[in-house]
Amino acid sequence: MEALLRVEKLGKRFGGFIALESIDLAVAPGERLGLIGPNGSGKSTLVNCISGTLRNETGAVHFESRKMDGLPPHQRTRLGLARSFQLPKPFHSMTVAENLHVPMLYTVNARRGMHLSNAEIDRRVDELLQQVGLAVKSDRRPRDLTQIEMRKLELARAMAAAPKLLIADEAMAGLSHTEVDDILSLLVKLNEQGITVVLIEHIMRAVMSFSQRLAVLVAGKKIADGEPQEVMRNPEVVRAYLGE
Amino acid sequence: MGVTLDLFLNAVTAGLLLGGFYAAVSVGVAISFGMLDIANLAHPAFIILGAFVAYILNDRFGFDPILTGILALPAFYALGTVIYRIYYYSFERRGEEALRGLAFFFGILFITEVALILVFGVDYRFVSAPYIGPSLHFGDVDLPMRMVVPFVVSLTMVGGLQLFLSRSFVGRAILAVSQDSLALKLMAINPIRIKSIAFAISIATASLAGACLIIIQPVEPSIGREYIGRIFAICVMGGMGSFPGMMMASMLLGVIESLTATFYGPSWSPAVAFGFLLLTLAFRPSGIMGR
Amino acid sequence: MRTWMFWLVTAAVVACIFGLSRLVTNDYFFFAAYVVLQYVVMATAWNILGGYTGYVNFGTAGFYALGAYSSVVLHKLYAPPMVVLILAGGLVSGAIGLGMGYLTLRLRGVFFAIATLALAIVLETLITNWDYVGGSRGVYIIRPAAAPFFHGGYIQYLFLVMLILAGVAVCVARSIEHSKLGYGLATIRDDELAAEAAGVPTLKLKLIATVLSGALMGMAGAPLPYYITYLDPSSAFNLSLAVNSIAMPLVGGTANWIGPVLGAVFLATVQQIATVTISSALNLLFVGVILVGFVVIAPNGIIGWFARGKRRRQG
Repeated sequence: MEALLRVEKLGKRFGGFIALESIDLAVAPGERLGLIGPNGSGKSTLVNCISGTLRNETGAVHFESRKMDGLPPHQRTRLGLARSFQLPKPFHSMTVAENLHVPMLYTVNARRGMHLSNAEIDRRVDELLQQVGLAVKSDRRPRDLTQIEMRKLELARAMAAAPKLLIADEAMAGLSHTEVDDILSLLVKLNEQGITVVLIEHIMRAVMSFSQRLAVLVAGKKIADGEPQEVMRNPEVVRAYLGE
Repeated sequence: MGVTLDLFLNAVTAGLLLGGFYAAVSVGVAISFGMLDIANLAHPAFIILGAFVAYILNDRFGFDPILTGILALPAFYALGTVIYRIYYYSFERRGEEALRGLAFFFGILFITEVALILVFGVDYRFVSAPYIGPSLHFGDVDLPMRMVVPFVVSLTMVGGLQLFLSRSFVGRAILAVSQDSLALKLMAINPIRIKSIAFAISIATASLAGACLIIIQPVEPSIGREYIGRIFAICVMGGMGSFPGMMMASMLLGVIESLTATFYGPSWSPAVAFGFLLLTLAFRPSGIMGR
Repeated sequence: MRTWMFWLVTAAVVACIFGLSRLVTNDYFFFAAYVVLQYVVMATAWNILGGYTGYVNFGTAGFYALGAYSSVVLHKLYAPPMVVLILAGGLVSGAIGLGMGYLTLRLRGVFFAIATLALAIVLETLITNWDYVGGSRGVYIIRPAAAPFFHGGYIQYLFLVMLILAGVAVCVARSIEHSKLGYGLATIRDDELAAEAAGVPTLKLKLIATVLSGALMGMAGAPLPYYITYLDPSSAFNLSLAVNSIAMPLVGGTANWIGPVLGAVFLATVQQIATVTISSALNLLFVGVILVGFVVIAPNGIIGWFARGKRRRQG
């Protein structure tokens, strides 16, 4: 089956520093892919290149067999490739509900053949808020939210764009055990609805339980890619995490 | 033909001398904007202030402008510290630098200009010194001393700063903070303190730059505005925070401006810097794409 | 209130104010009111790009002056009616805004701000070197004696024109606020990266805001030659305009259309009084200090102060 997202020999440098080197990655439709790696290994840079926030110097990103070169992030989102940010970036001057209105107005409504009325958008926003458990805070501003609620809002905003593939960038960092489970079940439900999910995480139990396939990034290079248990037994991976 | 070549050579030479001066004018912003990411639009105002300080002491007491520039360094340094403090407590800490910080510096630029108009009026002021007037001659090329002296002073100042940044402890800390605040904190050095020192240094450079300015040309309060385009064009083209790059960009701008002034007229100079800036933005050297 | 209703109410207010003004016999009122209304337009226009989108324009004098000088050119060519002048001013300034925006809006906001400042200076240089419009010597424009459509002096006509422009500017700002465009601009202001990721076409929206803002400023400048009768670069590219366009929304509040209006009325009135009673340079100093003061102490302007107080009381 043709990969939904295909990253081919992607390279990115910042001046003299090579952040990513010849990354090859393929994500099948409906898959749950986990991406792990030590701090500074280039995971967020990879997400930024895939989403279009950063321009990669070499290599290509293909989504649904379309080349993404030169497409700005908002067009990639409209095509169905959504991402959430590691540090939540809510729209501070708007309410929680309005935060979700934006992707609906600008992404979903921008797609060919789609035209949601305001009432329909309101309904979908309510539904989404219920799904993530933020319904009671729908009229509040982001500054009134707790850490985990911000994370949920961040994910919900990516979900509001009705994506085909969602990249969740460290959505669980710093959360408690139950909060992690909360987010995890959200992502699993999403996947059950047919959305492909790429989970970038440090919390190993979440990654291991969630991923059907696991890829490992170390110092800008992909060193492993395969079945989670096997990958974790790979000596290179062990070395990267436990040191020499 | 001989006349044109003559003109050309003189224009280029004058341009290089001017370029050296432009480096002194821009080095402050190379530090504040290039390294600290503080868009200090008001920097030209401080340069004009420095020029007027040199003017007063020259007019009243006959002090040499360069001497005044050096003597006033501590005062400008202190001024820089105060301004950074206000900037930090009002904006950097709140994380709203973008709009408010810019408006803040623009306000300061404006206040300084108007205050100078109130005190000195809109007339052009100039200084007298033994080296303003005579020129060195090398064949067909004239080197006016009033350009050579600032050129030498400017290069000394920029060179000195470069040494300071690369050799001294504080200097290296400044370079470090421009790249990674967190690493600095981990080394138990307070980045705020380092940034404050760096910003104060950047304002202090305005003292000497202003002295150089009034040696090169007569000064009135509103000419600061012409320099905004020049300074930022130089910093961006030179690669934010890189001294060698800034030097090259300064020289280039100086030469192009000088050639334009010689062959098309001096009133086009501000346009040159803007054209420079636009070209720079079109080619987008690293550091100016969104972070 | 629905948007079309707002336009209607504004039109009614404009008509009322004009009606009342017919009772005034002292011409000085019209001269002063013109200035205040002009600032309402400038502050509102600035705020569309500054307050709503978060991109600072320091070169407002440039856009304004382009409107004034395009009027000079047209006046010399064939002296068209005011409406044409205003539209032309809007077109020229809007086009410049588009061009400059296209070059600089892909970069960080700081570079756009610097570019606007440099642009104003370059435009001033170009105009100063252009003899057709008088260059640095300036140009004299004869003000017609009487208003074209009603019984009164020409200055009353200029007052009406600016009053209508102010109404239009406010309505445009309000319409943006409550529209999809307004949402998009607000996301750009709040977090541009997140806005892009959410599907907002940030460059396109920023360009729209720049063009609208620039065009309104050009329209505000178009009647200037008739008002001032002697136009030279320093009066068109005037410094006080640049600072006031920023100070007024920052003082009044940048979140919606009311802030710039409040700030403009307040600061312009204060300055009119100050210019007459103390020197005009001191008055400019005062504005600069107010700008810095407000930016440091009350970043959300007067409106923001009240809102904060209200929030505190609500607990």
